[in-house]
Amino acid sequence: MATAVRGHKLLKDKNDELMKQFLDIVRENMRLRIVVEKKVEALHKSFTAASAAMSPEGLDQALMLPKQSVTLELSEKNIMSVHVPVYDFKTRLAGEGILPYGFVNTASELDDSVREAGDLLQDLLKLAATEKSASLLAAEIEKTRRRVNALEHVLIPQCQENIRTITMKLAENDRANTTRLMKIKDMVLKDAHDFQ
Amino acid sequence: MKIAVVGDYDSILGFKAVGLDVCPANGAEEVKAALKRLMNDGETAIIYITEQAALFADEEIAECRDRLVPALIPIPGREGSLGIGKQRVKSSIERAVGADIISGSIGEN
Repeated sequence: MATAVRGHKLLKDKNDELMKQFLDIVRENMRLRIVVEKKVEALHKSFTAASAAMSPEGLDQALMLPKQSVTLELSEKNIMSVHVPVYDFKTRLAGEGILPYGFVNTASELDDSVREAGDLLQDLLKLAATEKSASLLAAEIEKTRRRVNALEHVLIPQCQENIRTITMKLAENDRANTTRLMKIKDMVLKDAHDFQ
Repeated sequence: MKIAVVGDYDSILGFKAVGLDVCPANGAEEVKAALKRLMNDGETAIIYITEQAALFADEEIAECRDRLVPALIPIPGREGSLGIGKQRVKSSIERAVGADIISGSIGEN
């Protein structure tokens, strides 16, 4: 019983703290998502403009060999024993500038959109990290909440009920014992002294 | 680790230029196949998927949800946002809290 109550308190504290962290992360997540969605849409718009200004084959050719390569370092961070990913990315440029093509044969709209895409990368990565953290934390919170509820509504009442039953049984035994003793005392006295 | 982008060719072309791995996929079959491959190669840490393609891949998204790697993140495709991404954030709030408590206040900002 004491363990159950202590466990319940601990889990409840854990849940509260998780919730606090979760709300911070999820707010950040929502904000980033709105920003990123806007930027991605802008990017699509400018790419559409670029593809309108160029032939599809030309566009393919221009982007065929990207100059920048991205490698990602994955590490884990521990938030209240939930492992969330932390991404650390490195871009490597094979030469100067991000544009993988010459200026001949390509539209200037393409330059802008490739630069936009480069800017977008950082935000996209942050979004990935926060969104993953948010969903992992949500899963953990759900689990913890279930445990808290199980303890609070099932295990602890069960224990209390058991304690009540056992206490009553013991008290009953005690009373039975007392009356038995009184009875025996009466009988012994009667035997010894013929005492009424 | 790598970052991959899955979706129709036009939508993901832009990401190719900045050095992400692009996997063009049209239709349910191709999207599922591409996701399966990326999820199990152990190399890919983040998969961005266009919302249009995400419509085909509910199972894969659910499977990724509780895994640390990879993170499957929907982004708007060329036809614009379908609100799947925001819906995901909302559903994780609902999962954790039991009710959607903050999206209203944030949506306005």
